[in-house]
Amino acid sequence: MGNVLVFAEHHKGKFPKSTLVAVQAGKEAAGKLGGNCIAAVLGSGVDAPAQEISGYGVTKVIAADDAGLANYLADAYAATLEQLIKANDVSLMLATSTAVGKDLLPRLAARLGVGMATDVVTINADGTFTRPMYAGNVLATVSLDGAVKVISVRGTAFDAAQAGGQAPVEKASVSLDAAAKQMQFISFNEIKSDRPQLTEARIVVSGGRGLKSGENFTQYLEPLVDALGAAMGASRAAVDAGFVPNDLQVGQTGKVVAPELYFAVGISGAIQHLAGMKDSKVIVAINKDPEAPIFSIADYGLVADLFKAVPELTEEVKKLKG
Amino acid sequence: MKTLVTVKRVPDPETTIRVKPDGSGIVTDNVKYVINPFDEIAIEEALRIKEKLGGEVVLVSLGAKVITEQLRTGLAMGADRAVLILCEQELDSLAVASVFAKLVEREKPELVVMGKQAIDDDANQAGQMLAALLGWPQATFASKVEFAADQKSVQVTREVDGGLETVGFSLPGIITADLRLNEPRYASLPGIMKARKKEIKEIPIADFGADVTPRLKVLKLEPPAKKQAGKKLETVQALIDALHTGAKVI
Repeated sequence: MGNVLVFAEHHKGKFPKSTLVAVQAGKEAAGKLGGNCIAAVLGSGVDAPAQEISGYGVTKVIAADDAGLANYLADAYAATLEQLIKANDVSLMLATSTAVGKDLLPRLAARLGVGMATDVVTINADGTFTRPMYAGNVLATVSLDGAVKVISVRGTAFDAAQAGGQAPVEKASVSLDAAAKQMQFISFNEIKSDRPQLTEARIVVSGGRGLKSGENFTQYLEPLVDALGAAMGASRAAVDAGFVPNDLQVGQTGKVVAPELYFAVGISGAIQHLAGMKDSKVIVAINKDPEAPIFSIADYGLVADLFKAVPELTEEVKKLKG
Repeated sequence: MKTLVTVKRVPDPETTIRVKPDGSGIVTDNVKYVINPFDEIAIEEALRIKEKLGGEVVLVSLGAKVITEQLRTGLAMGADRAVLILCEQELDSLAVASVFAKLVEREKPELVVMGKQAIDDDANQAGQMLAALLGWPQATFASKVEFAADQKSVQVTREVDGGLETVGFSLPGIITADLRLNEPRYASLPGIMKARKKEIKEIPIADFGADVTPRLKVLKLEPPAKKQAGKKLETVQALIDALHTGAKVI
């Protein structure tokens, strides 16, 4: 078994928790399958982030520094990683299933002529992988053939790597031809929020169609979200209805979260929503329909009119927090 | 603009999926099949592009003859014609992309629009892989597509973590559709009538000479561990007590 290469995604030099999850999964994979765990940091002017990630227990960090990598673009990043894989005896390539990871890894796998396993939740000692299919209703054990295996790991399935150790940072020279520079970055319109990131929060409060409008999200749900210091999420139905942006969507086709505490408010519990939150440690459902499927997976269910229960709950939480 | 749209037949998202006792697959009896919901969004986008810029919308699918049903639905929505690549065997995403790459070489579309993921295997790979094999640019998770006046390039707004990103490239290229790109239309009655006469060209997969050796093998399926239903509480106060003094999570 060759080495494990972890794509260390950063946003302007800052690592989201999902990157530490990838590092942890990479270290686990190297522990089970052999080889060293190497982290790759791509970008323009990446000395500081490369230095930072070298302190998380990897064997080596490769910094690929090039003006053409200043913004993430699938064509340039896939071409770069292909070069790093070939130069570093890599047999397992790994990233977290973030928007970038999902965009990048399949392109890389196809360039290498190998298959890929998406959303891996377990790296098995025999070299197979376990991943969900059918909105999490099925767990599949899969194998990958080929000189390099490419996998994305689910951000909630592994812990974040802890700081420790100091690995050497090696600079890699990058050569990007015209074929790797077809895409142009135009702009990034950040959705600014003072709340924690949905995929990183300890508590998530999600609203569904039962909220009835975007205004009600603001009026009823957000005070609870902020009283708890939580992140706000939503069901696909609420996104479809235009109540909130898609960025907040929790589910099969949105974000997958597993916080310590998850509130499903006015969410019936469609299969596709459950796929995004059922691994949360404690699940609370508030819904006026006692037959709603969400109650079948909730640890605590409150059958109530959310427009009465949520403000009351918010007041009680505020009292607790004093 | 000539646009190719890929169509996958998947179990209806409302269907309860059960694993066969021997773990070899899912129970398919009484399962209703539909166009993958993201592919429906892709078809709609291609139709809107055609309505604005002219051109042709060609659907392509890969699999058994039963997919004719889903292709007919796409034609009833307004697509011009369809290609069904006949194949009985299960293919992985790379094999699918390899066959589509050969079809793209024949059809020479300026744009390929696909769903961002199929809701059966949830792989989210085929579009990116097809782009790599063709050496084309890609814009996945698209929520807005805008062409330049000369129709030679496109800017695509993408739904990414923490916001919206816009990328641009010269055509040809690949776009994969996210949820909010559009709301797909229903097939109209005249549309359904017209669709009956539209061409669905069947081509055996062997015709393409693509390498379809599976790299990803599904060895075993199993249902996930079932979670026990918890307590039903009567009052907000009882909930607060349970969370604060019981589970100690707030």
